[in-house]
Amino acid sequence: MSAAPEHAPTMARLSLSDRLAPHMPVLLVPLLALAGFVAIMNPASWLTLTVSGLAMGMMIFIMASGLTLVFGLMDVINFGHGAFVSVGAFVGISVLMLLGHMTSAPSLILNLAAVLLAVIGAMLATGAMGWAFEKIIVAPVYGHHLKQILVTMGGLIVVEQLIIVLWGPEEIYFNRPEALKGAITFAGAAIEKYRLVAVAVGLAVFAAMRWVLRGTKIGLIVRAGVENGEMVQALGYRLKLIFVGVFIAGSALAGLGGVMWALYQEVITAHMGNHAMILIFIVVIIGGLGSVEGCFIGALLVGLMQNYIAFLEPKAALISNIALMVTILMWRPMGMIPVVKAK
Amino acid sequence: MIRSLLSGDTPRSLPLALILGGILLCLALAPFLFPGVRTVDTAARICIFIVLVASYDLLLGYGGIVSFAHTMFFGIGAYGVALTSTHMGRGFDAIAIGALAGAGLAAALALLIGLFSLRVRAIFFAMITLAVASAVAVLVSQLSGLTGGEDGLTFKTPRELGPAFKFGKEAFDGRLFGVKLNGKLLAYYFVFTGAALLFLAMLRVVNSPFGRVLQAIRENDFRSESIGYRVVYYRVAATCLSAAIAALAGSLYAVWLRYVGPDTVLSMEIMIDILLMVVIGGMGTLYGAMIGATLFVLAQNYLQNLMGAASHLVEDLPLLPELLSADRWLLWLGVLFVLSVYFFPTGIVGRLREKA
Repeated sequence: MSAAPEHAPTMARLSLSDRLAPHMPVLLVPLLALAGFVAIMNPASWLTLTVSGLAMGMMIFIMASGLTLVFGLMDVINFGHGAFVSVGAFVGISVLMLLGHMTSAPSLILNLAAVLLAVIGAMLATGAMGWAFEKIIVAPVYGHHLKQILVTMGGLIVVEQLIIVLWGPEEIYFNRPEALKGAITFAGAAIEKYRLVAVAVGLAVFAAMRWVLRGTKIGLIVRAGVENGEMVQALGYRLKLIFVGVFIAGSALAGLGGVMWALYQEVITAHMGNHAMILIFIVVIIGGLGSVEGCFIGALLVGLMQNYIAFLEPKAALISNIALMVTILMWRPMGMIPVVKAK
Repeated sequence: MIRSLLSGDTPRSLPLALILGGILLCLALAPFLFPGVRTVDTAARICIFIVLVASYDLLLGYGGIVSFAHTMFFGIGAYGVALTSTHMGRGFDAIAIGALAGAGLAAALALLIGLFSLRVRAIFFAMITLAVASAVAVLVSQLSGLTGGEDGLTFKTPRELGPAFKFGKEAFDGRLFGVKLNGKLLAYYFVFTGAALLFLAMLRVVNSPFGRVLQAIRENDFRSESIGYRVVYYRVAATCLSAAIAALAGSLYAVWLRYVGPDTVLSMEIMIDILLMVVIGGMGTLYGAMIGATLFVLAQNYLQNLMGAASHLVEDLPLLPELLSADRWLLWLGVLFVLSVYFFPTGIVGRLREKA
């Protein structure tokens, strides 16, 4: 009988980099903020820029989250998603303008109530539109990416033109409600009030979304559907119905994002959704198509990057996002948090 | 002879052959059949858009890849010629260098974008091109020192291509069938010949073994990969080729207009126009580009007047005049576009070929 082979298992601890690697995407946000701090060298400006970057990121996240979920669940890529942003903005701002007596009063409660009504109006409108869009535009071209891209692009054109028919071709300027105007000073940095509201709303939406996805049965089915749709159907769930629900919810969120974006810019045009789409696409690509968490991190990165670069080198602002996307795709070709498909 | 010129890809349908022949004849003799500044300008635009749309079809119809950066490549070619003509002085050498540099740059950029996106998923390509194209459009309008910003660049082409250059004074008394023999006529034929050569070259490409593989990948990329074709290489090569040809079309456009600006060569509207032309004409058949571009440019120039007239007719009704006004023609094109993707995915050419 021969002796047992020499066996000496090594019990080395995982190196720091190995342990950090899975959390790298989450760590990128503070890392970028730190890099911005080093580059700007002025705490007050840095704080202002960081808050506005976070606010922008939150708004992009709200607009992009629906798109990424719809893709993850049904493999449907909706190039017309920007239409919901535009429609949300126009409906929301129209409601706000109707409620002029509430928005011009210097009362925080009245102002917030007006904004809330505007948001509800916008979300109802875009939700209904999402339902119609799914039925008319998307449903006939399931499983056919090329046609999906073409048809949803066509839908975007039609909706954009209809907005021009209904609201006129001119840009509409308006004022934010009284209580959301102006800035507060914190540690020597001027921070616009509205941006703080945007950050709060964005965090609330993200938290709610995570709770729905991780804590409820619907969320469980949605997550399972993203991973393996056929299996979920085989277990007897009507995935198609869930998908329509997710599509409507995503459209309504895009509408919410549209209202917030409009209040941020204080001007709306029929093409604003189309412009927002560019950032939305960058965000969902670097986040990993189908991943809500990735989308959130990606949106924050894009928002921060855009604001830092616009401060340091204004002309490079748009290019900076492309550069960010290229870098991240070189590092992780499927995006930061790729969705694992069981197939 | 014609067969080998068309690389064996004949129209295969009598009505289609007649329509294509008609378009070709009208374009070849446009300055003589329809003398007039506006009509010749329309004919030149049709020639250029045929090439541009065909190069897009090479990507969309044969490769099955959706790109939103085609106007960017078109613009690169146009700006290439404009920049060399501005800095090197007027001359054919400036045009040639500008066109080649533009095509090279477009191909290089397409290679980069393609390597980044196509190796993962073909669907990334559509999104990334959209982002890159809009960034480039903004960049061009911001770098006003180099590109003239929003105003664009006006430049001089060789004297031989301008209206001041006259020829044939002794032989024909300066006129042929009542048409003045001047540089503008030569410029038109410069554009026409360039467009025809590029179109025939593309026909050659799509009917080569390379084109076959592209179509196989479009139909089933997984299977093509299993047979042993490197799908990514073929897709990237198609992207580069299509970008280079789009850039050359842009150079022709710049030579014809003697002007480039962000709105004329880089705008998103042109991208949407190209998409409509490809889909309406028929994807996956270069002849579709010919029909689509011709119909569309004609409609763009003449249908808008008609819509204006219709809008006047219904002036008293609510909302209808708004819907029918000439500025809203994109709305109806959008509707037409969606309907044609659903009901005529093969476009006009596909329909005609089915009947044959």
